[in-house]
Amino acid sequence: MKPTPSQTVGPFYGYALPYPGGGELAPAGHPDAVVVHGFVYDGAGEPVPDALLEFWQADPGGGLDGEPGSMRKDQVNRSFAGRDLVRFTGFARVATDADGQWAVRTFRPGATGPGRVPYISVCVFARGLLHHLYTRIYFEDSASDPLLASLEPDRRATLVATAGPGGTHRLDIHLQGERETVFLEFR
Amino acid sequence: MPDSQGDIDREIADIATAAAKAVAGGEPEPEHVSRDYPPYRSSVLRHPRLPLILTEEADTELRGPVFGVTDVTELDRDLTRHHPGEPLGERITVSGRVLDRSGRPVRGQLVEVWQANASGRYAHDRDQHPAPLDPNFTGTGRCLTDDEGRYHFTTIKPGAYPWRNHVNAWRPAHIHFSVFGTAFAQRLVTQMYFPNDPLFRYDPIFNSVPSESARQRMIAAYDHDLSSPEWSLGYRWDIVLDGPSATWMEEGR
Repeated sequence: MKPTPSQTVGPFYGYALPYPGGGELAPAGHPDAVVVHGFVYDGAGEPVPDALLEFWQADPGGGLDGEPGSMRKDQVNRSFAGRDLVRFTGFARVATDADGQWAVRTFRPGATGPGRVPYISVCVFARGLLHHLYTRIYFEDSASDPLLASLEPDRRATLVATAGPGGTHRLDIHLQGERETVFLEFR
Repeated sequence: MPDSQGDIDREIADIATAAAKAVAGGEPEPEHVSRDYPPYRSSVLRHPRLPLILTEEADTELRGPVFGVTDVTELDRDLTRHHPGEPLGERITVSGRVLDRSGRPVRGQLVEVWQANASGRYAHDRDQHPAPLDPNFTGTGRCLTDDEGRYHFTTIKPGAYPWRNHVNAWRPAHIHFSVFGTAFAQRLVTQMYFPNDPLFRYDPIFNSVPSESARQRMIAAYDHDLSSPEWSLGYRWDIVLDGPSATWMEEGR
C-alpha cells in the first residue's frame, strides 16, 4: 500500500505532544543516570526553539522490548502521572526550549547484540521541517559500528556525544549547514 | 515587500510542472513531501542539504516504543468532553485504520491528535489571531488502536486559520495526527484534511507533497455510515505507515 505522506508538526504542537516528565527516562538521583543534551540549529546557525525530539533506545541490558508507561495518565483527572519509577520504557519526548536546547535523563543503552555499539535513536520534528528526520546519539566513536565506519571523520563526529562534567553528554543537531548532522533512512 | 499569494502560487506551479516533467521522463511518482519546499518559507533553513544515509544494519530503529492502557484514559478520545460544557462547532467523528505498507493492522499503538477549534484558533499562546477561544475546547486527543488497527475520535470540525507565510495565507482545515508503528522507523506525523477544501490549491504545506495521488491520501472521506443521527458527521481516514515494520516480532505478540 502507498504510504500516507508526512506533514510538518507545525508551530502549535506544544500543548499536545510534549508532556511533563517526557525527558525523564531515568529516576532523578539514580547513580547510573546520565543527562544527554544539546541544541538544535538551523542552516543559518540560529537555535531552533520549536523543534520536538523523540528518543528510543535499548535498556541498559540491551533489551529492545520496551515497556508501556512513557505517558502514564492519571485516570482521575487525565493529567500526566509520570513514569512509574520501575519500568524502563525506552522512549522519551522533549521540545526544545526558547534557547533551542533540549535534555533527557536516561540510562546508557546496552549493546543489542555481540559486537554491537550502543546508540540512542533520535527522531526530529520541527516547524518548517515537512518530514521528520532520524539520527543517532553514540557515546563513543567506534570503527566496529558499520554506520560510523562508513562516514568521513567530520560527518561521523555529528553522531558522537561529547562527555561533559557530572555524567552529561552533549550532542547538537544541525538541520543544515557546514556541520549538518548525519540523517538516516531505513529500508 | 512581503510575498503575495500570487508569488506563492507561481512557485507552487513551477515546482509542480518540474515534478510532472520528471515523472513523464520516467522518474517514479514521489510518495512523500519534498523537505526542500521554498514556497513554505520556514522549510528553507530547516532541511538537510546532504542526502540521507541508508542504514541497513539498524536494529534499534526496527523496534519501537510500546504504549498501553496506562498511557491513555477512555475520555482522551472524546475531545468534546474535556471541559464542563459542550464546545461550539460541528461535532464530527473521525475513524480509520492504521496499517503498514503490507496492509497489516498496527495494533495497540498510540495515535495522538491536535487541532484548532471551530473558529480556527489553537489553544496555544502563540496563536493570537482574532478568533475566539472556546473555553470548552482544547483540541488534543489520544487513543490506542484496536486489534484491527482502528482508531476513533469524537471532536469538532476545525476552522481554517491564517498564518504569516505570505500575505493572506490561510491553512485549509486540518487535524494534526501523530502515529506510532511497531518500528520507530515507521513514525509518522501528518495532517488530515477535509474533502473539497477550497484552500488546497493555495496552501504550500499541502502542496509540498508533489504527487496529486499522494496528496489525496491526506484527505479524509465523508462517510455517512459513520455519521450518527442527530449527533455527529463521520469522516473516515486510513493511515499507511512507511518504513520497515517489525514483522519478525509479530509472532511473539
